[in-house]
Amino acid sequence: MSLTNSLATNVEPVIELEGIVTRFGRTVIHDGLDMVVAPGEMVSLVGGSGSGKTTLLRHLIGLTRPQAGTVKLFGEVLLSGSSRVQRARRRRFGVLFQQGALFSALNVAENIAFPLEELGIAREDELRDLVAQKMAMVELEPHHAMLMPAELSGGMVKRVALARALALEPELLLLDEPTAGLDPDRSASFVELIRSLHARLSLTVVLVTHDIDTLAALSTHIAVLADRSIVSYAPLDETMAVRHPFIERFFGGEQGRRALARSRRE
Amino acid sequence: MRGDRVSETAPALKVGIDTSEWTLEGEWTIRRLESCIGEVRSQLARANASVRWNLEGLSRLDSFGATLLWRAWGQGWPEHIRIGEAHRKVIEKVAESSGASLPRPPRPGVLDLIAALGSVVLAVAGHLMDLVRLVGQLALDVAYLFRHPTDAPLKEITANIYKMGVKAMPVAALVGFLIGVVLSYLSALQLQAFGADIFIVNILGLGIIRELGPVLVSILVAGRSGSAMTAQLGVMRVTEEIDALSAMGISRTLRLVLPKVLALSFAMPLLVLWTSGMALFGGMLSAWIQMDLSMAFFIDALPGAVPIANLYIGLTKGLIFGLLIALIACHFGLRVKPNTESLSANTTASVVVSITMVILADAVLAIATRSIGVPL
Repeated sequence: MSLTNSLATNVEPVIELEGIVTRFGRTVIHDGLDMVVAPGEMVSLVGGSGSGKTTLLRHLIGLTRPQAGTVKLFGEVLLSGSSRVQRARRRRFGVLFQQGALFSALNVAENIAFPLEELGIAREDELRDLVAQKMAMVELEPHHAMLMPAELSGGMVKRVALARALALEPELLLLDEPTAGLDPDRSASFVELIRSLHARLSLTVVLVTHDIDTLAALSTHIAVLADRSIVSYAPLDETMAVRHPFIERFFGGEQGRRALARSRRE
Repeated sequence: MRGDRVSETAPALKVGIDTSEWTLEGEWTIRRLESCIGEVRSQLARANASVRWNLEGLSRLDSFGATLLWRAWGQGWPEHIRIGEAHRKVIEKVAESSGASLPRPPRPGVLDLIAALGSVVLAVAGHLMDLVRLVGQLALDVAYLFRHPTDAPLKEITANIYKMGVKAMPVAALVGFLIGVVLSYLSALQLQAFGADIFIVNILGLGIIRELGPVLVSILVAGRSGSAMTAQLGVMRVTEEIDALSAMGISRTLRLVLPKVLALSFAMPLLVLWTSGMALFGGMLSAWIQMDLSMAFFIDALPGAVPIANLYIGLTKGLIFGLLIALIACHFGLRVKPNTESLSANTTASVVVSITMVILADAVLAIATRSIGVPL
């Protein structure tokens, strides 16, 4: 036990946010926000609408830059170094956007192969193998390969987008509302898929979600974004015990108690 | 320290001195292999069945590394191999889906060529059908508006007139003015050679009012407003806004298409007038500077040189071209499917088809009006 503990403290965190400040005009979204995510954690980012969850995720991806503070991924400042270095760094994480963001001009197989092809080291037949494997990993059938994104159902879009996000075998996976727009049944199976991949690929996962079932089933830690910073970063049980109006409202409802009871039983 | 770590994690393949034991070390992952892929491939290509593989020193193996190895082994486990349990599982996963029958895109044959030709014909027929349907629906909408004048989408019509007419004025003025200057300058060079300076009024007046003004504005508007209309309707389809309108029981043609068509039909003649005026002004200015033809004289001589029928022809052309551009733009906008490719294809088609149709219509009108308003 002491060994794993000492190991855990030595391991470099995957994500380090320090003093993040974000402003849109006069509205302050984040004010001195700090967060540290260790490797292998599955962190759910929760917060009221407009609290800046998606904005924080966009900072992590490097799409936006906070007005102040540093975003470090894998121990390096995200937007530092030459464009080559930045590109290499971006390949170490995968992103699942809320609407999937599949390239609508490409079919399923081409979408999944896209990041691999961009890297430009795999050959045609190897690409086919890798795509087939990624498709099997997210439980898609081989005959789906030739479909266009417009022909896919919501659940399948998410699966293809997940396969694309995992194409380069990233160490970090960022998910924006992974179960939004899925019916409860598909949502549960998608959550199960993410959980099994997390275990198998030794991923670190950060997900933004509203869905208490998803978060109870998946997360090792819950980061609560309220009052313009992270007010709590702890496992579900401990989060529930925190006295904060948002947390009480969020987890105090009927659904919250049911989800929690279910996760305890498991 | 850093340097040590890098050499530790870089993928390496060590061939033993007796060359029968091959040892793999480091991280065999797609990102690590990127820098040395050529070398690794050529090394792996030299492997044969007698090689003893030692993969126990691997620190990481991902599906790409596993795929490389699996292919180097000829898609089967080698006879002699030492490998950790976790890495064995990774390779087993790859083996499962290796050579899996992902459907290949079919190769085109002769039949496909015929089918492609047929589908072009059908597509043209489909476009015509849709266009006829749209025009018919608009006619029904107009008839409906005559019976229920209070339902007229006046706000939309005026907004569209502002957007497509008023806002186009500066650029139309600039283009018209410059074309007028250039045309006048070029004509003046020729006319001076014959001492026929005075005919500059005829050339500019007839050419601009009857022909150049309407066509110039149409091309400008097709590029500016036609593409905007197609893109707007297209995105509204993608975001289901058009469906939302239908769900509220609001006719999309009455509320979206008709205002655009009416507004552009109304705004185009005015734009033609404005642009022709600016082009004439530019021509006048150029004639004054180059040939010392006073502006007052130019304006005096214009009615005599250009019968008023030419102005009516020009304005009618504006109306017809405006109607055509708006109809074609809306037609393509409503055909957009919810993906980016379709949006770009339809917007392009909208502009290309509008400009082509405008020039075609201009040619037809030129023949139809050949005996009207031409001084002999």
